[in-house]
Amino acid sequence: MSTDSQQNTHRSSALEFKSSTFSVPVLVLASNDVVIIEQQLQEKVQLAPEFFKNSPLVFDLQELNKRDVEINVAELTHIIRKLDLLPIGIRGGTAQQNQQALELGIPIHAGHNMSAASGTEKQQTPKPEAVFEPQAVSAATTTLITLPVRSGQRVYAEGDLIILAQVSAGAEILAEGNIHVYGSLRGRALAGVLGNTAARIFCSDLQAELISIAGNYKISEDLNGTVLNQPVQIYLQNHALVIKDI
Amino acid sequence: MARIIVVTSGKGGVGKTTTSAAIAMGLAKKGHKTAVIDFDVGLRNLDLIMGCERRVVYDFVNVINGEATLNQALIKDKNCDQLYILPASQTRDKDALSQEGVGKILEELKKDFKYIICDSPAGIEKGAHLAMYFADDAFIVTNPEVSSVRDSDRMLGILSSKSRRAEQNEDPIKEYLLLSRYSPDRVKLGEMLSVDDVQEILSLHLLGVIPESKSVLSASNAGIPVILDEKSDAGQAYADIVARYLGEEKPHRFIDEKKGLFGKLFGGK
Repeated sequence: MSTDSQQNTHRSSALEFKSSTFSVPVLVLASNDVVIIEQQLQEKVQLAPEFFKNSPLVFDLQELNKRDVEINVAELTHIIRKLDLLPIGIRGGTAQQNQQALELGIPIHAGHNMSAASGTEKQQTPKPEAVFEPQAVSAATTTLITLPVRSGQRVYAEGDLIILAQVSAGAEILAEGNIHVYGSLRGRALAGVLGNTAARIFCSDLQAELISIAGNYKISEDLNGTVLNQPVQIYLQNHALVIKDI
Repeated sequence: MARIIVVTSGKGGVGKTTTSAAIAMGLAKKGHKTAVIDFDVGLRNLDLIMGCERRVVYDFVNVINGEATLNQALIKDKNCDQLYILPASQTRDKDALSQEGVGKILEELKKDFKYIICDSPAGIEKGAHLAMYFADDAFIVTNPEVSSVRDSDRMLGILSSKSRRAEQNEDPIKEYLLLSRYSPDRVKLGEMLSVDDVQEILSLHLLGVIPESKSVLSASNAGIPVILDEKSDAGQAYADIVARYLGEEKPHRFIDEKKGLFGKLFGGK
C-alpha cells in the first residue's frame, strides 16, 4: 500500500480495469442464405434506422449449427458492416467459425449454457431440482402484525401478510403473497408485488387509498359505495380487479 | 421509578406547550417532583407559558455542551416548589441536541425527579425525534380536524418504531390521546370531527378532552399554566387528565355541548 501511494505522488494512475455489463442486440440467424439475410436485415434496419445506425451487434450461429448448416462468417460480417452495424462478437459458433471470426477481429462470446464448440450437446433437459424450487418459494413465511400500521409506516412481507389491527391512511403494506387486514384498511395495500396474479387482498373494512394486485391497481376514487366500508376480498380476473364481499 | 412523558403531536399549534405546562404543574401540585424540558430549540416558548422567561440564565444546550450544570440551568417554578423548568436555547437550532447528550441529562434527572415532561417541537425531525426517543409515556395532543389527526397518526408510527423502547424491544411506549381545542357546538354543526371520529381513526386510549377556551390564551399571555385557573373549563379538563393519568377514575367531561338556559331549566336527559 505504501509503495502504491508513493508512486501515486509521482504520477496518478492512467488506467483502471472495471467490470461492466452492456445491453447489446443479438442477431440470431435461422438461415445460411446470405442474400436472404441481407434482404431481411435491411428491412429490419429501415424500421428504425436511427436506432440501428452504428449499433454494436453480436451474431448468434447456434440455431444454424444445431442443424449442421454451414455459413461463411466473413461474408456475414461483410453484410452486417455494409448495413452500418458494428459486429462486436460471435456466439454459438463452431471452432472453425470462431477462428474465422478472430481473424476478422471479432471476439468470441461464450453465451448459452453449452460450450460454443460442442455443437451436438444441446437442449439439455432442465435439472430436476428446478422443479422443486417454486415450492420452496411459496413456503415463504407469513408475517403477522398485531399493532396498528400508522401513517407513514411501510410493511413489506416476502410471503403472506396478516394484520390484526387497522392500517391508517398514509400507511403502505406490501406483500409478495396475499394480504389480510382484520381492521379498517385506510392506507395502500399492494399484494403480489412481484407479479403473483393469484394473490388476493382480504379486509374487514375497505376504505383504502389504493389497492393493487400484481401491479393492477384501483385508487380510492374508483371504489364505489357498495364496497366501501364493507368486508371484501379483492382478486384479479382477466387483468381486472374484482372487489367482492365476503 | 421516574417516568419520562413526551407531549407530542406532529402538527404545530395544537397545544403541546400549553399541555406540557399544565400537566407538569398538575403533577407537581399533586406532590410529585416534576421537571419539564423545552425541546423546541430555537423557538423557545415554554418559559413564557410558565412565566419564568426573565429568570433564564443557562439552557438545555448549555448543559449538553457542559457549559453549565443541570442544577444551574433548572429553574424552580414560583408557584410550586416541586416543579422545575429546563428552558430551550433561543440562539441555537435543533442540531445542537445530540442523542447522547439528551440521554445523559434525562438519566441525571431520573435520579431526582418522579416525572420528566418533554415538550416536543412540531414536525418529525431531529428535535421531535429526540424529545420522544427516551419516553416511557406519550401524550398525543390532537385537534379535532383531519390534518392534525393524520399527523398524530404519523407520530404514533414513529413512537412505535423509532423510540428507544422500540429499538431495544422493550414494552412499547404507552400512548394517550388528548383532544384539545374541542368545541361540542361545532361538532354538532359538522364543522369538527367528534371524539368518536378521532378515536376511530387513531384507535387510542382517550385521556381527556380539553375544550376550546378563552382562558387558555389569557393564561398563556399571563405566563400562568391554565391548570391553575380552577374556574376555567380548560383548567378543570387538565386537572381531570392529570388525575386520570395517575390512576383516578374520572368521567369524561366537555364532550357534549353546554346546555343553554332553557336546556338547564327544562332539564334534558
